[in-house]
Amino acid sequence: MATTFAKAAESVEHAARLENVSKSFAAPGGQQLVLDDITLDVAPGEFVTLLGASGCGKSTLLNLVAGLDRPTAGSITTDGRPALMFQEHALFPWLTAGKNIELALRLRGVAKPERRGRAEELLELVRLKGAYGKRVHELSGGMRQRVAMARALAQESNLLLMDEPFAALDAITRDVLHDELTRIWQETGVSVLFVTHNVREAVRLAQRVVLLSSRPGRVARQWTVDIPQPRRIEDAPVAELSLEITEVLRGEIRRHGQH
Amino acid sequence: MASTETKTAQGAELAGVEAGLDALEAADSGRTPFRQTFVSKILPPAVAVVLVLLAWQALITFKVVDDPTKLPSPSDVGAAFKDAWLQGDLLGYIWTSVSRGLLGFLFALAIGTPLGLLVARVKSVRAAIGPVLSGLQSLPSVAWVPPAVVWLGLNNSMMYAVILLGAVPSIANGLVSGIDQVPPLYLRAGRTMGASGLKGAWHIVLPAALPGYLAGLKQGWAFSWRSLMAAEIIASSPDLGIGLGALLENGRNALDMAMVFEAIFLILFVGIAIDLLIFSPVERWVLRSRGLLVRN
Repeated sequence: MATTFAKAAESVEHAARLENVSKSFAAPGGQQLVLDDITLDVAPGEFVTLLGASGCGKSTLLNLVAGLDRPTAGSITTDGRPALMFQEHALFPWLTAGKNIELALRLRGVAKPERRGRAEELLELVRLKGAYGKRVHELSGGMRQRVAMARALAQESNLLLMDEPFAALDAITRDVLHDELTRIWQETGVSVLFVTHNVREAVRLAQRVVLLSSRPGRVARQWTVDIPQPRRIEDAPVAELSLEITEVLRGEIRRHGQH
Repeated sequence: MASTETKTAQGAELAGVEAGLDALEAADSGRTPFRQTFVSKILPPAVAVVLVLLAWQALITFKVVDDPTKLPSPSDVGAAFKDAWLQGDLLGYIWTSVSRGLLGFLFALAIGTPLGLLVARVKSVRAAIGPVLSGLQSLPSVAWVPPAVVWLGLNNSMMYAVILLGAVPSIANGLVSGIDQVPPLYLRAGRTMGASGLKGAWHIVLPAALPGYLAGLKQGWAFSWRSLMAAEIIASSPDLGIGLGALLENGRNALDMAMVFEAIFLILFVGIAIDLLIFSPVERWVLRSRGLLVRN
Protein backbone atom coordinates (compact mmCIF):
# COMPACT_ATOMS: atom_id res chain seq x y z
CA MET A 1 0.00 0.00 0.00
CA ALA A 2 3.00 2.26 -0.11
CA THR A 3 5.96 3.23 -2.18
CA THR A 4 9.10 1.60 -0.94
CA PHE A 5 12.50 3.00 -1.77
CA ALA A 6 14.76 -0.04 -1.64
CA LYS A 7 18.18 0.48 -0.13
CA ALA A 8 21.11 0.75 -2.50
CA ALA A 9 22.78 -2.33 -0.99
CA GLU A 10 19.91 -4.66 -1.82
CA SER A 11 20.29 -6.40 -5.12
CA VAL A 12 17.48 -5.16 -7.25
CA GLU A 13 16.60 -6.55 -10.62
CA HIS A 14 14.07 -3.81 -11.32
CA ALA A 15 14.59 -0.08 -11.41
CA ALA A 16 10.89 0.11 -10.58
CA ARG A 17 8.28 -2.54 -9.96
CA LEU A 18 4.57 -1.75 -9.78
CA GLU A 19 2.32 -4.57 -8.63
CA ASN A 20 -1.47 -4.28 -8.94
CA VAL A 21 -1.35 -0.56 -8.27
CA SER A 22 -4.69 1.22 -7.99
CA LYS A 23 -5.40 4.79 -7.05
CA SER A 24 -8.69 6.51 -6.41
CA PHE A 25 -9.50 10.03 -5.34
CA ALA A 26 -12.46 11.37 -3.42
CA ALA A 27 -14.91 12.86 -5.91
CA PRO A 28 -18.44 14.22 -5.70
CA GLY A 29 -20.62 11.11 -5.50
CA GLY A 30 -18.00 8.72 -4.14
CA GLN A 31 -14.54 7.54 -5.04
CA GLN A 32 -13.21 8.03 -8.51
CA LEU A 33 -10.90 5.29 -9.73
CA VAL A 34 -7.99 6.87 -11.62
CA LEU A 35 -5.57 3.97 -11.93
CA ASP A 36 -6.78 0.40 -12.01
CA ASP A 37 -4.60 -2.61 -11.27
CA ILE A 38 -1.41 -1.49 -12.99
CA THR A 39 1.44 -3.96 -13.06
CA LEU A 40 4.63 -2.76 -14.68
CA ASP A 41 8.36 -3.38 -14.40
CA VAL A 42 11.16 -1.13 -15.52
CA ALA A 43 14.44 -3.03 -15.91
CA PRO A 44 17.73 -1.38 -14.91
CA GLY A 45 18.89 0.80 -17.79
CA GLU A 46 15.60 0.43 -19.63
CA PHE A 47 13.81 3.33 -21.35
CA VAL A 48 10.02 2.98 -21.05
CA THR A 49 7.46 5.51 -22.24
CA LEU A 50 3.97 5.64 -20.77
CA LEU A 51 1.56 6.80 -23.42
CA GLY A 52 -2.06 7.78 -23.02
CA ALA A 53 -4.79 10.30 -23.74
CA SER A 54 -6.17 12.76 -21.19
CA GLY A 55 -7.53 11.13 -18.08
CA CYS A 56 -5.31 8.06 -18.15
CA GLY A 57 -3.67 9.07 -14.89
CA LYS A 58 -0.13 9.28 -16.30
CA SER A 59 0.94 12.04 -13.99
CA THR A 60 -0.78 10.41 -11.02
CA LEU A 61 1.19 7.26 -11.75
CA LEU A 62 4.49 9.17 -11.83
CA ASN A 63 3.63 10.90 -8.56
CA LEU A 64 3.07 7.50 -7.00
CA VAL A 65 6.38 6.14 -8.28
CA ALA A 66 8.14 9.32 -7.09
CA GLY A 67 6.68 8.81 -3.63
CA LEU A 68 4.79 12.12 -3.69
CA ASP A 69 1.52 10.25 -3.20
CA ARG A 70 0.45 6.81 -1.96
CA PRO A 71 -1.37 4.16 -3.96
CA THR A 72 -4.82 3.10 -2.73
CA ALA A 73 -3.93 -0.54 -3.35
CA GLY A 74 -0.93 -2.48 -4.60
CA SER A 75 2.74 -1.84 -4.07
CA ILE A 76 5.52 0.08 -5.73
CA THR A 77 9.20 -0.67 -5.25
CA THR A 78 11.97 1.44 -6.67
CA ASP A 79 15.72 1.17 -6.51
CA GLY A 80 16.39 4.20 -4.32
CA ARG A 81 14.60 7.54 -4.51
CA PRO A 82 13.73 8.33 -8.13
CA ALA A 83 14.52 11.70 -9.67
CA LEU A 84 11.57 13.53 -11.24
CA MET A 85 11.48 16.01 -14.09
CA PHE A 86 8.35 18.07 -14.74
CA GLN A 87 6.78 19.68 -17.76
CA GLU A 88 7.71 23.03 -16.24
CA HIS A 89 11.43 23.20 -15.50
CA ALA A 90 10.79 23.68 -11.74
CA LEU A 91 14.21 25.27 -11.33
CA PHE A 92 14.46 27.58 -8.33
CA PRO A 93 14.64 31.19 -9.58
CA TRP A 94 16.56 32.42 -6.53
CA LEU A 95 19.51 30.20 -7.45
CA THR A 96 21.79 30.21 -10.49
CA ALA A 97 21.78 27.23 -12.84
CA GLY A 98 24.87 25.84 -11.13
CA LYS A 99 23.51 26.39 -7.61
CA ASN A 100 20.27 24.60 -8.54
CA ILE A 101 22.34 21.54 -9.36
CA GLU A 102 24.45 21.99 -6.24
CA LEU A 103 21.32 22.05 -4.09
CA ALA A 104 20.40 18.59 -5.36
CA LEU A 105 23.94 17.43 -4.58
CA ARG A 106 23.82 19.01 -1.14
CA LEU A 107 20.49 17.39 -0.27
CA ARG A 108 22.02 14.07 -1.32
CA GLY A 109 24.84 14.69 1.14
CA VAL A 110 27.70 15.49 -1.25
CA ALA A 111 30.45 17.35 0.60
CA LYS A 112 30.84 21.04 -0.17
CA PRO A 113 34.27 20.97 -1.87
CA GLU A 114 33.06 18.39 -4.40
CA ARG A 115 29.79 20.09 -5.32
CA ARG A 116 31.09 22.81 -7.59
CA GLY A 117 33.15 20.47 -9.75
CA ARG A 118 30.34 17.92 -9.98
CA ALA A 119 27.84 20.63 -10.97
CA GLU A 120 30.19 21.84 -13.74
CA GLU A 121 30.53 18.25 -14.97
CA LEU A 122 26.77 17.82 -15.11
CA LEU A 123 26.37 21.12 -16.97
CA GLU A 124 28.95 19.92 -19.44
CA LEU A 125 27.02 16.66 -19.84
CA VAL A 126 23.94 18.62 -20.95
CA ARG A 127 26.21 20.86 -23.06
CA LEU A 128 25.74 23.98 -21.01
CA LYS A 129 29.35 24.62 -20.11
CA GLY A 130 29.61 28.21 -18.96
CA ALA A 131 26.00 28.46 -17.78
CA TYR A 132 26.97 27.91 -14.13
CA GLY A 133 26.40 31.51 -13.06
CA LYS A 134 23.33 32.13 -15.24
CA ARG A 135 20.02 32.93 -13.61
CA VAL A 136 17.06 30.79 -14.61
CA HIS A 137 15.28 33.65 -16.38
CA GLU A 138 18.34 34.30 -18.53
CA LEU A 139 18.07 30.82 -20.06
CA SER A 140 15.88 29.75 -22.98
CA GLY A 141 13.17 27.09 -22.50
CA GLY A 142 15.41 24.37 -23.93
CA MET A 143 18.34 25.40 -21.74
CA ARG A 144 16.13 25.39 -18.65
CA GLN A 145 15.00 21.86 -19.34
CA ARG A 146 18.61 20.79 -19.81
CA VAL A 147 19.58 22.35 -16.47
CA ALA A 148 16.56 20.57 -14.95
CA MET A 149 17.87 17.35 -16.48
CA ALA A 150 21.31 17.99 -15.01
CA ARG A 151 19.71 18.65 -11.62
CA ALA A 152 17.73 15.41 -11.85
CA LEU A 153 20.90 13.53 -12.81
CA ALA A 154 22.67 15.11 -9.82
CA GLN A 155 20.46 12.99 -7.60
CA GLU A 156 22.33 9.98 -9.02
CA SER A 157 19.15 8.04 -8.90
CA ASN A 158 18.87 4.78 -10.83
CA LEU A 159 15.49 5.85 -12.12
CA LEU A 160 14.64 9.08 -13.90
CA LEU A 161 10.92 9.89 -14.05
CA MET A 162 9.94 12.40 -16.72
CA ASP A 163 6.49 13.97 -16.80
CA GLU A 164 6.02 15.34 -20.34
CA PRO A 165 9.26 17.30 -19.95
CA PHE A 166 9.37 18.57 -23.53
CA ALA A 167 5.66 19.27 -24.08
CA ALA A 168 6.02 23.03 -23.64
CA LEU A 169 8.99 23.40 -25.99
CA ASP A 170 8.96 24.37 -29.66
CA ALA A 171 9.36 21.55 -32.17
CA ILE A 172 12.97 22.30 -33.14
CA THR A 173 14.15 22.44 -29.55
CA ARG A 174 12.17 19.31 -28.72
CA ASP A 175 13.91 17.38 -31.51
CA VAL A 176 17.30 18.44 -30.22
CA LEU A 177 16.41 17.47 -26.68
CA HIS A 178 15.25 14.05 -27.85
CA ASP A 179 18.72 13.51 -29.27
CA GLU A 180 20.28 14.78 -26.05
CA LEU A 181 18.15 12.59 -23.84
CA THR A 182 18.99 9.51 -25.90
CA ARG A 183 22.69 10.33 -25.70
CA ILE A 184 22.59 10.97 -21.95
CA TRP A 185 20.55 7.84 -21.32
CA GLN A 186 23.11 5.79 -23.26
CA GLU A 187 26.05 7.46 -21.52
CA THR A 188 24.75 7.19 -17.97
CA GLY A 189 22.84 3.91 -18.11
CA VAL A 190 20.01 5.41 -16.04
CA SER A 191 16.54 3.85 -16.35
CA VAL A 192 13.89 6.21 -17.64
CA LEU A 193 10.13 6.18 -17.20
CA PHE A 194 8.91 8.87 -19.57
CA VAL A 195 5.28 10.01 -19.68
CA THR A 196 3.90 11.61 -22.84
CA HIS A 197 0.77 11.96 -24.95
CA ASN A 198 2.84 12.27 -28.10
CA VAL A 199 2.95 8.90 -29.89
CA ARG A 200 5.93 9.72 -32.10
CA GLU A 201 7.89 11.05 -29.18
CA ALA A 202 7.16 7.83 -27.32
CA VAL A 203 8.38 5.69 -30.23
CA ARG A 204 11.35 7.97 -30.99
CA LEU A 205 12.72 7.58 -27.47
CA ALA A 206 11.69 4.26 -25.95
CA GLN A 207 12.75 0.66 -25.90
CA ARG A 208 9.23 -0.15 -24.78
CA VAL A 209 5.98 1.79 -25.17
CA VAL A 210 3.21 1.15 -22.64
CA LEU A 211 -0.23 2.36 -23.70
CA LEU A 212 -2.61 3.29 -20.90
CA SER A 213 -6.36 3.38 -21.38
CA SER A 214 -8.31 6.29 -19.93
CA ARG A 215 -10.74 6.54 -17.01
CA PRO A 216 -9.58 4.50 -15.27
CA GLY A 217 -5.99 4.11 -16.42
CA ARG A 218 -5.14 0.49 -17.23
CA VAL A 219 -2.27 -1.00 -19.19
CA ALA A 220 -3.97 -1.46 -22.57
CA ARG A 221 -1.06 -2.76 -24.62
CA GLN A 222 2.71 -2.75 -24.81
CA TRP A 223 5.10 -2.58 -27.74
CA THR A 224 8.79 -3.34 -27.81
CA VAL A 225 10.59 -0.87 -30.05
CA ASP A 226 13.63 -2.50 -31.62
CA ILE A 227 14.51 0.27 -34.04
CA PRO A 228 18.24 1.00 -33.47
CA GLN A 229 19.28 4.32 -31.88
CA PRO A 230 20.10 7.00 -32.88
CA ARG A 231 16.63 7.38 -34.37
CA ARG A 232 14.97 10.41 -35.78
CA ILE A 233 11.33 11.27 -35.32
CA GLU A 234 10.99 11.35 -39.15
CA ASP A 235 12.40 7.81 -39.66
CA ALA A 236 10.08 5.51 -41.58
CA PRO A 237 10.06 2.70 -38.96
CA VAL A 238 9.26 5.25 -36.23
CA ALA A 239 6.39 6.60 -38.32
CA GLU A 240 5.15 3.10 -39.10
CA LEU A 241 4.99 1.96 -35.48
CA SER A 242 3.54 5.33 -34.44
CA LEU A 243 0.72 4.79 -36.91
CA GLU A 244 -0.02 1.36 -35.50
CA ILE A 245 -0.03 2.65 -31.91
CA THR A 246 -2.14 5.67 -32.86
CA GLU A 247 -4.80 3.36 -34.29
CA VAL A 248 -5.04 1.44 -31.01
CA LEU A 249 -4.98 4.70 -29.01
CA ARG A 250 -7.82 6.14 -31.09
CA GLY A 251 -9.79 2.96 -30.57
CA GLU A 252 -9.34 3.40 -26.81
CA ILE A 253 -10.47 7.02 -26.98
CA ARG A 254 -13.47 6.18 -29.21
CA ARG A 255 -14.90 3.87 -26.54
CA HIS A 256 -15.46 6.92 -24.30
CA GLY A 257 -17.77 8.59 -26.82
CA GLN A 258 -20.08 5.61 -27.03
CA HIS A 259 -22.14 5.87 -23.90
CA MET B 1 35.02 2.25 -36.87
CA ALA B 2 32.73 3.81 -39.42
CA SER B 3 29.85 3.85 -36.99
CA THR B 4 31.93 5.57 -34.31
CA GLU B 5 32.86 8.26 -36.81
CA THR B 6 29.25 8.78 -37.81
CA LYS B 7 28.32 8.99 -34.14
CA THR B 8 30.98 11.61 -33.43
CA ALA B 9 29.98 13.60 -36.49
CA GLN B 10 26.35 13.46 -35.44
CA GLY B 11 27.33 14.51 -31.92
CA ALA B 12 29.23 17.51 -33.22
CA GLU B 13 26.34 18.44 -35.47
CA LEU B 14 23.91 18.20 -32.54
CA ALA B 15 26.16 20.31 -30.32
CA GLY B 16 26.32 22.93 -33.07
CA VAL B 17 22.55 23.09 -33.50
CA GLU B 18 22.14 23.31 -29.76
CA ALA B 19 24.66 26.14 -29.38
CA GLY B 20 22.82 28.00 -32.18
CA LEU B 21 19.43 27.56 -30.50
CA ASP B 22 20.84 28.70 -27.16
CA ALA B 23 22.32 31.82 -28.72
CA LEU B 24 19.08 32.60 -30.55
CA GLU B 25 16.82 32.17 -27.56
CA ALA B 26 18.76 33.26 -24.52
CA ALA B 27 17.54 36.49 -22.99
CA ASP B 28 19.86 39.43 -23.26
CA SER B 29 20.43 41.16 -19.97
CA GLY B 30 22.44 44.32 -19.65
CA ARG B 31 22.24 47.51 -17.64
CA THR B 32 20.19 50.48 -18.76
CA PRO B 33 22.45 53.43 -19.66
CA PHE B 34 22.39 56.23 -17.07
CA ARG B 35 21.08 58.79 -19.58
CA GLN B 36 17.98 56.66 -20.14
CA THR B 37 17.44 56.19 -16.40
CA PHE B 38 17.81 59.95 -15.93
CA VAL B 39 15.28 60.86 -18.61
CA SER B 40 12.71 58.23 -17.68
CA LYS B 41 13.08 57.95 -13.88
CA ILE B 42 14.73 61.03 -12.39
CA LEU B 43 13.60 63.92 -14.57
CA PRO B 44 9.77 63.49 -14.26
CA PRO B 45 9.58 63.64 -10.44
CA ALA B 46 12.07 66.52 -10.36
CA VAL B 47 9.91 68.49 -12.79
CA ALA B 48 6.81 67.71 -10.69
CA VAL B 49 8.49 69.04 -7.55
CA VAL B 50 9.56 72.24 -9.33
CA LEU B 51 6.00 72.79 -10.61
CA VAL B 52 4.55 72.41 -7.11
CA LEU B 53 7.08 74.93 -5.74
CA LEU B 54 6.19 77.36 -8.53
CA ALA B 55 2.46 77.03 -7.84
CA TRP B 56 3.10 77.56 -4.12
CA GLN B 57 5.19 80.67 -4.76
CA ALA B 58 2.47 81.96 -7.12
CA LEU B 59 -0.13 81.67 -4.33
CA ILE B 60 2.05 83.99 -2.22
CA THR B 61 3.20 86.36 -4.99
CA PHE B 62 -0.31 86.97 -6.33
CA LYS B 63 -1.65 87.27 -2.78
CA VAL B 64 -4.15 84.45 -3.19
CA VAL B 65 -3.26 83.51 0.38
CA ASP B 66 -2.11 86.55 2.28
CA ASP B 67 -1.58 85.21 5.80
CA PRO B 68 1.87 83.83 6.72
CA THR B 69 0.37 82.09 9.77
CA LYS B 70 -1.69 79.97 7.34
CA LEU B 71 0.67 79.52 4.42
CA PRO B 72 4.34 80.51 4.74
CA SER B 73 6.28 81.27 1.57
CA PRO B 74 8.78 78.74 0.24
CA SER B 75 11.58 81.10 1.21
CA ASP B 76 10.30 81.28 4.83
CA VAL B 77 10.35 77.50 5.02
CA GLY B 78 13.80 77.53 3.43
CA ALA B 79 14.92 79.96 6.10
CA ALA B 80 13.53 77.69 8.82
CA PHE B 81 15.61 74.84 7.38
CA LYS B 82 18.67 77.09 7.21
CA ASP B 83 18.31 78.24 10.82
CA ALA B 84 17.88 74.72 12.10
CA TRP B 85 20.94 73.67 10.13
CA LEU B 86 23.09 76.62 11.32
CA GLN B 87 22.10 76.02 14.94
CA GLY B 88 23.11 72.40 14.45
CA ASP B 89 19.65 71.10 15.40
CA LEU B 90 18.46 69.76 12.05
CA LEU B 91 20.41 66.49 12.12
CA GLY B 92 19.50 66.09 15.78
CA TYR B 93 15.75 66.24 15.01
CA ILE B 94 16.18 63.71 12.20
CA TRP B 95 18.40 61.40 14.21
CA THR B 96 16.06 61.38 17.22
CA SER B 97 13.19 60.14 15.07
CA VAL B 98 15.14 57.93 12.66
CA SER B 99 17.01 56.10 15.42
CA ARG B 100 13.71 55.45 17.22
CA GLY B 101 12.02 54.40 13.99
CA LEU B 102 14.76 52.02 12.87
CA LEU B 103 15.28 50.47 16.30
CA GLY B 104 11.52 49.99 16.67
CA PHE B 105 11.43 48.50 13.19
CA LEU B 106 14.19 46.03 14.09
CA PHE B 107 12.20 44.94 17.16
CA ALA B 108 9.13 44.56 14.93
CA LEU B 109 11.23 42.47 12.55
CA ALA B 110 12.43 40.22 15.35
CA ILE B 111 8.86 39.64 16.56
CA GLY B 112 6.95 39.70 13.25
CA THR B 113 9.15 37.16 11.46
CA PRO B 114 8.75 34.21 13.85
CA LEU B 115 5.10 35.16 14.32
CA GLY B 116 4.54 35.07 10.56
CA LEU B 117 6.30 31.69 10.33
CA LEU B 118 4.07 30.29 13.08
CA VAL B 119 0.88 31.58 11.49
CA ALA B 120 1.88 30.31 8.05
CA ARG B 121 2.96 26.84 9.14
CA VAL B 122 0.80 25.92 12.15
CA LYS B 123 -2.86 25.49 11.25
CA SER B 124 -4.29 26.05 14.71
CA VAL B 125 -2.25 29.22 15.20
CA ARG B 126 -3.47 30.50 11.87
CA ALA B 127 -7.09 29.76 12.75
CA ALA B 128 -6.63 31.47 16.12
CA ILE B 129 -4.78 34.68 15.26
CA GLY B 130 -4.64 34.89 11.46
CA PRO B 131 -7.82 36.99 11.09
CA VAL B 132 -6.86 39.23 14.02
CA LEU B 133 -3.47 39.82 12.46
CA SER B 134 -4.99 40.88 9.14
CA GLY B 135 -7.58 42.99 10.96
CA LEU B 136 -4.93 44.80 12.97
CA GLN B 137 -3.44 46.06 9.72
CA SER B 138 -6.48 48.22 9.13
CA LEU B 139 -6.44 49.64 12.65
CA PRO B 140 -4.63 53.00 12.55
CA SER B 141 -1.82 52.59 15.04
CA VAL B 142 -2.43 56.11 16.38
CA ALA B 143 -5.28 54.42 18.26
CA TRP B 144 -2.64 52.71 20.40
CA VAL B 145 -1.04 55.96 21.58
CA PRO B 146 -3.46 56.77 24.44
CA PRO B 147 -3.37 53.28 26.02
CA ALA B 148 0.41 53.08 25.50
CA VAL B 149 0.85 56.38 27.36
CA VAL B 150 -1.33 55.13 30.21
CA TRP B 151 0.47 51.79 30.46
CA LEU B 152 4.05 52.82 29.87
CA GLY B 153 4.15 56.56 30.58
CA LEU B 154 5.71 59.29 28.45
CA ASN B 155 8.96 57.63 27.49
CA ASN B 156 10.73 55.82 24.70
CA SER B 157 9.25 52.40 25.52
CA MET B 158 5.81 53.83 24.79
CA MET B 159 7.08 54.93 21.35
CA TYR B 160 8.48 51.48 20.65
CA ALA B 161 5.23 49.84 21.77
CA VAL B 162 3.27 51.94 19.29
CA ILE B 163 5.74 51.16 16.50
CA LEU B 164 5.53 47.43 17.25
CA LEU B 165 1.75 47.41 17.23
CA GLY B 166 1.83 49.20 13.89
CA ALA B 167 4.56 47.23 12.13
CA VAL B 168 4.42 43.67 13.47
CA PRO B 169 1.11 42.78 11.74
CA SER B 170 2.42 44.03 8.37
CA ILE B 171 5.66 42.10 8.63
CA ALA B 172 3.95 38.90 9.80
CA ASN B 173 1.25 39.16 7.15
CA GLY B 174 3.83 39.77 4.42
CA LEU B 175 5.65 36.60 5.38
CA VAL B 176 2.39 34.62 5.57
CA SER B 177 1.27 35.70 2.12
CA GLY B 178 4.78 35.11 0.77
CA ILE B 179 4.69 31.54 2.08
CA ASP B 180 1.12 30.98 0.88
CA GLN B 181 2.13 32.02 -2.63
CA VAL B 182 5.07 29.62 -2.96
CA PRO B 183 4.26 27.65 -6.14
CA PRO B 184 3.37 24.04 -5.21
CA LEU B 185 5.66 22.91 -8.04
CA TYR B 186 8.70 24.11 -6.07
CA LEU B 187 7.57 22.15 -3.04
CA ARG B 188 7.10 18.99 -5.12
CA ALA B 189 10.45 19.49 -6.82
CA GLY B 190 12.03 19.97 -3.41
CA ARG B 191 10.43 16.84 -2.02
CA THR B 192 11.66 14.67 -4.88
CA MET B 193 15.14 15.99 -4.09
CA GLY B 194 14.76 15.08 -0.44
CA ALA B 195 13.93 18.53 0.92
CA SER B 196 10.98 18.09 3.23
CA GLY B 197 10.30 19.30 6.77
CA LEU B 198 12.94 21.70 8.10
CA LYS B 199 15.23 21.21 5.11
CA GLY B 200 12.32 22.05 2.84
CA ALA B 201 11.52 25.16 4.86
CA TRP B 202 15.11 26.37 4.77
CA HIS B 203 16.03 25.55 1.16
CA ILE B 204 12.70 25.99 -0.61
CA VAL B 205 9.92 27.73 1.34
CA LEU B 206 11.84 30.67 2.82
CA PRO B 207 13.77 31.68 -0.29
CA ALA B 208 10.63 31.28 -2.41
CA ALA B 209 8.67 33.48 0.04
CA LEU B 210 11.30 36.23 0.08
CA PRO B 211 9.55 38.66 -2.34
CA GLY B 212 6.33 38.63 -0.26
CA TYR B 213 8.33 38.99 2.93
CA LEU B 214 10.18 42.02 1.53
CA ALA B 215 6.90 43.65 0.49
CA GLY B 216 5.75 43.12 4.10
CA LEU B 217 8.94 44.70 5.43
CA LYS B 218 8.45 47.72 3.20
CA GLN B 219 4.91 48.19 4.42
CA GLY B 220 6.09 47.50 7.96
CA TRP B 221 8.57 50.37 7.72
CA ALA B 222 5.89 52.73 6.39
CA PHE B 223 3.65 51.76 9.29
CA SER B 224 6.51 52.11 11.81
CA TRP B 225 7.26 55.60 10.60
CA ARG B 226 3.61 56.71 10.61
CA SER B 227 2.99 55.28 14.08
CA LEU B 228 6.10 56.92 15.43
CA MET B 229 5.10 60.33 14.05
CA ALA B 230 1.63 59.98 15.55
CA ALA B 231 3.18 59.07 18.89
CA GLU B 232 5.65 61.97 18.77
CA ILE B 233 2.96 64.51 17.92
CA ILE B 234 0.52 63.38 20.57
CA ALA B 235 2.91 62.56 23.36
CA SER B 236 5.44 65.33 23.48
CA SER B 237 7.45 65.78 26.61
CA PRO B 238 10.74 67.61 27.25
CA ASP B 239 12.31 64.34 28.48
CA LEU B 240 11.74 62.71 25.11
CA GLY B 241 13.97 65.05 23.09
CA ILE B 242 12.79 66.78 19.95
CA GLY B 243 12.04 64.44 17.10
CA LEU B 244 10.25 65.42 13.90
CA GLY B 245 6.78 64.89 15.39
CA ALA B 246 7.63 67.06 18.40
CA LEU B 247 9.05 69.70 16.06
CA LEU B 248 5.74 69.85 14.24
CA GLU B 249 3.79 70.10 17.49
CA ASN B 250 6.15 72.85 18.77
CA GLY B 251 5.63 74.79 15.53
CA ARG B 252 1.86 74.58 15.95
CA ASN B 253 2.04 75.78 19.55
CA ALA B 254 4.24 78.71 18.52
CA LEU B 255 1.95 79.51 15.54
CA ASP B 256 5.10 79.15 13.43
CA MET B 257 3.81 77.73 10.16
CA ALA B 258 7.29 77.75 8.61
CA MET B 259 8.40 75.34 11.34
CA VAL B 260 5.31 73.18 10.81
CA PHE B 261 6.06 72.95 7.10
CA GLU B 262 9.70 72.25 7.85
CA ALA B 263 8.64 69.31 10.04
CA ILE B 264 6.17 67.98 7.47
CA PHE B 265 8.79 68.06 4.72
CA LEU B 266 11.35 66.36 6.93
CA ILE B 267 8.91 63.58 7.87
CA LEU B 268 8.10 63.07 4.20
CA PHE B 269 11.75 63.15 3.08
CA VAL B 270 12.95 60.73 5.73
CA GLY B 271 10.17 58.26 5.01
CA ILE B 272 10.91 58.37 1.29
CA ALA B 273 14.69 58.35 1.76
CA ILE B 274 14.69 55.22 3.94
CA ASP B 275 12.48 53.48 1.40
CA LEU B 276 14.62 54.57 -1.54
CA LEU B 277 17.96 53.90 0.13
CA ILE B 278 17.21 50.63 1.94
CA PHE B 279 14.04 48.81 0.94
CA SER B 280 13.65 49.56 -2.75
CA PRO B 281 17.20 48.55 -3.74
CA VAL B 282 16.92 45.25 -1.85
CA GLU B 283 13.51 44.52 -3.28
CA ARG B 284 14.58 45.39 -6.82
CA TRP B 285 17.71 43.29 -6.50
CA VAL B 286 15.69 40.28 -5.35
CA LEU B 287 13.05 40.68 -8.04
CA ARG B 288 15.57 41.34 -10.79
CA SER B 289 17.72 38.34 -9.93
CA ARG B 290 14.60 36.20 -10.27
CA GLY B 291 13.56 37.78 -13.55
CA LEU B 292 10.40 39.17 -11.91
CA LEU B 293 11.16 42.79 -12.70
CA VAL B 294 10.15 43.70 -16.23
CA ARG B 295 12.16 46.54 -17.65
CA ASN B 296 10.29 48.85 -19.95
